[in-house]
Amino acid sequence: MFRKLHEPVETVTIYVEGRPVAAEPGESVAAVLLRQAVVWSRPTPVKGSKRAPYCMIGVCFDCLAQVDGIGSVQTCMTPVEEGMKVERQQRQRCLPS
Amino acid sequence: MHPEIIVIGAGTVGAAIAYGLARRQCRVLVLDGDDRDHRAARANFGLVWLQGKGQNMPAYQQLSRRSVDMWSDFAAELTDLAKLDLHYEQNGGLAFCLGEDAFEKRRSDLQRLHNQLGGAEADWRMLDRAELTRLLPKVRLGPDVAGASFGQRDGHANPLQLLAALHAGILRLGGDLRRNVAVRQIVPGEAGFTVAFGNETVCAPRVLIAAGLGSQALAQQVGLEIPLRPQRGQILVTERVEPFLPLPTSGLRQTREGTVMIGATHEETGFDSSATAVAAADLSRRTLRIVPGLAEAKLVRQWAGLRIMTPDGCPVYAQSQTHPGAFAALCHSGVTLAALHSTVLADAILAGQLPDTLDIFHQGRFDVPKAA
Repeated sequence: MFRKLHEPVETVTIYVEGRPVAAEPGESVAAVLLRQAVVWSRPTPVKGSKRAPYCMIGVCFDCLAQVDGIGSVQTCMTPVEEGMKVERQQRQRCLPS
Repeated sequence: MHPEIIVIGAGTVGAAIAYGLARRQCRVLVLDGDDRDHRAARANFGLVWLQGKGQNMPAYQQLSRRSVDMWSDFAAELTDLAKLDLHYEQNGGLAFCLGEDAFEKRRSDLQRLHNQLGGAEADWRMLDRAELTRLLPKVRLGPDVAGASFGQRDGHANPLQLLAALHAGILRLGGDLRRNVAVRQIVPGEAGFTVAFGNETVCAPRVLIAAGLGSQALAQQVGLEIPLRPQRGQILVTERVEPFLPLPTSGLRQTREGTVMIGATHEETGFDSSATAVAAADLSRRTLRIVPGLAEAKLVRQWAGLRIMTPDGCPVYAQSQTHPGAFAALCHSGVTLAALHSTVLADAILAGQLPDTLDIFHQGRFDVPKAA
């Protein structure tokens, strides 16, 4: 859907649903998600309609995803880190029991 | 429209009574206040609750019991009319006890209330930690939880859906509901009561004051002295999580859509309705002692509301002696009592006389002369 306007000088690798993806240091996880073939990041908890990163400034909460095992992370506010694992979040989160 | 009664206040209390009046073919005009008025109905936690109520006035427990027993029929009828789901469930409710001392105190408090009421079989019991664990298989309880009291008649509902349904019900039954019309004045006269708001006046033979914390000044104009004070309650709300809590508890409930509501504080801070970080910390700390796993859930909202408190915390239902036809209904349990308000109280107001069973809720009980 989106593509980067420049070739990054250096890259890190993050894993989106287990698949390695190149990312530029300093960019947000949401920016990486927007470059994927499947662009949505989560279904809404009640009606299950799909949501993708939207405001990119921490306001709309549509970009929530699971990052390194922690649910409902605002990916637009989260810079990429080497080896980061990002999963699409399913409906309602389950609390650890 | 020439209303037979003007209801001042379209919160849960005023709307429930007005809905009941409209159902009885009474021409009712409901006047709702300004957006900036204090609105307890929109800050409510959503319990339809019985256990423990009326520790200082057993009649309040009996009143709540009557309403709780009518809630299911009330909800079914209102849902059918308004086409809005109230999310009402009555599968019992819990009050967690942190520590053995709290557990024993809860038991003795409920036992004392039960003894005062006399006779009837208890509709509550104490659950020890093992029983509680079996009842809540998806909850990992914190180590301090000694048990809980279980009230079999307790339940919960979505208070905003309830309010919206009552408003829709009033309109569907031919009642009139006007918003943003804060009442300035009630003038008693030969032909009834003239109620003034904005640049308008409306007259009706009867008037009901159910304007929450705004009621005191209005009630004085028809000869009713009702002492009231605001009490702040703050609530925290989490993101939606998978259902884990099958029953509402006194300070924690999970809505049908997965949201966890955490409440509530009891603060004597006057008319200050701000939400505070101190309350958020206190509520979080207590809740994590009960369900440590909630530490993973994100908080998405916090709000404060002002309860409508009488000196003893119990409702006031009264008709003015100097100006018959003027009634007042005030309480902080508008959700629990909604079923009763829409039936028993609506009937009484139509009949022009409150029944003897409600005598104890007259505000005259506060007129104790200050002894010399």
